[in-house]
Amino acid sequence: MRKAAEVSTRRFSSIILIVIIVVLALSLAALYQAYELFVLNDPNMGYYLLIGIIGLALSTYMLFQTRRQIRKFTLKSPPIVTTIICPECNFKNIRNFERGDYILKELGQCTKCKGKMMISAIYREVKEKVKEEKVFT
Amino acid sequence: MIQLETLPAALFPGQDSLSWIFQVIFTLLFIVFVFYGQRIQMYIMVREIQGSLLRLKYIRDEGRKIAIATIKEIGKPEADPAERVNQFLEYITIPPESMDPAGVVWKLEHILDVRENRFKDEVKLMAPAADKTDINNLENTLEAAAALNLIYKVIRHFYILGKKTLSLYIIMQIQMILPLIMREAEAYASALKAFSYGQPIGDGAGALVAAKLMHGHRKRKIEKDCVVAKVPLESRTAYVIKAEGPGGNVGKPGEAIKRVVEENKGKISTIIMIDAQLKLEGEKPGEVVEGVGAAIGGPGIEQYKIEDSILKYKIPINAVAIKEDIGDAVSPMRKEIFDATEVAVGLVKRAIKEKTKEGDTVIIAGIGNSIGVGQ
Ligand SMILES: [Zn+2]
Repeated sequence: MRKAAEVSTRRFSSIILIVIIVVLALSLAALYQAYELFVLNDPNMGYYLLIGIIGLALSTYMLFQTRRQIRKFTLKSPPIVTTIICPECNFKNIRNFERGDYILKELGQCTKCKGKMMISAIYREVKEKVKEEKVFT
Repeated sequence: MIQLETLPAALFPGQDSLSWIFQVIFTLLFIVFVFYGQRIQMYIMVREIQGSLLRLKYIRDEGRKIAIATIKEIGKPEADPAERVNQFLEYITIPPESMDPAGVVWKLEHILDVRENRFKDEVKLMAPAADKTDINNLENTLEAAAALNLIYKVIRHFYILGKKTLSLYIIMQIQMILPLIMREAEAYASALKAFSYGQPIGDGAGALVAAKLMHGHRKRKIEKDCVVAKVPLESRTAYVIKAEGPGGNVGKPGEAIKRVVEENKGKISTIIMIDAQLKLEGEKPGEVVEGVGAAIGGPGIEQYKIEDSILKYKIPINAVAIKEDIGDAVSPMRKEIFDATEVAVGLVKRAIKEKTKEGDTVIIAGIGNSIGVGQ
């Protein structure tokens, strides 16, 4: 089933490719015509120039559209930090998350006093990429 | 001045072959768009779905790989678990018939219990070296992988059906909800990673609030997979309940609350439930709000039990909700939500002071997945 889908996709893409090539050729022809009319000082060269530029822009846009489909997908995991504190002397240690960590887990002795270390927090920090809606707060 | 009739001629001046070609092309384009416009639009939609489907397939395969790798790492199985994992991803659960809705809650609970036991047994077979915490985490990991598999299969179904029938309505309905589905799939993917490492997730905010309140006090286990601690709080006695951590587990807090209410013969001044709540777009993540009612999600069984037992004794019920979106709820807990749990602890204490008298008994239930949260 998947194979059939792939084959039809490829056929669809080749149709698009032909269309792009034809549009590209025609717009180049139009641009050449515009140049010839420009040499003859014909005021109609403007129309050909317009058609040529629009066609050129359209075909390159379509070409990039099909290119954009082929990109790598990745599953990235954000950095998670574990905060370890000593409740006795407030000694604080922040490190990356390790398997087996959990909030309120008791760890070994504190390096500074004889208190018991404990994981107080595990979280990820998010750097907000999207601009927050400022007006409607 | 250009006359309207001469406009085409003005657009394509000259009698050379190139202007004829352009004229023919424009006429053809016009006809094509009149008759095949909708079909072209449909092809664009199908392509969009196809792109998303490709991404869904990647996410699903990646999720499956992570699940298998985690089982191999923690469970130390003798045989390759891949075949069993594939079977697990295809498990189906048939919900009870609700034509006669009386008692459907208990039927559903039973089915879900059977399902959970079956899953746990399966995980134990797959990962013989795993301890109780690992088994819970692995089960959650596999469930996330199964959810991803289901999403992929449903979208694939509509994609293929749409291509077969070329029906605009089949294609359109899937294309319209696709952005939401992709968000959900990405949320499940990050949940899967968090589960496989045993990291606390945003949904565990309620459980974390309860953990902070009960930390350092004697706990006992209570039905089912929950822990309860008797904590002196603001000169009142608080029974603090949460799902047992640090394994991935939501427990049955409804059952636990019911049990504590019965143990105290209904002499409970108030119940305060803390849970993560889905925020609306525009609301800040980690906002803490108060309200009334049983703050608990899931299939509704636990909510039903709580509402049932408080009605019997007319116990007032208060809710504290920590706002987060679906992505944050299942991905590793973000800092804003972690900070919000401290705010929620303050709100719970204030609510107790304002709504009860000294010497009263209250129940505080922190709802949510206790993965990565001890007690
Ligand atoms: Zn210390």
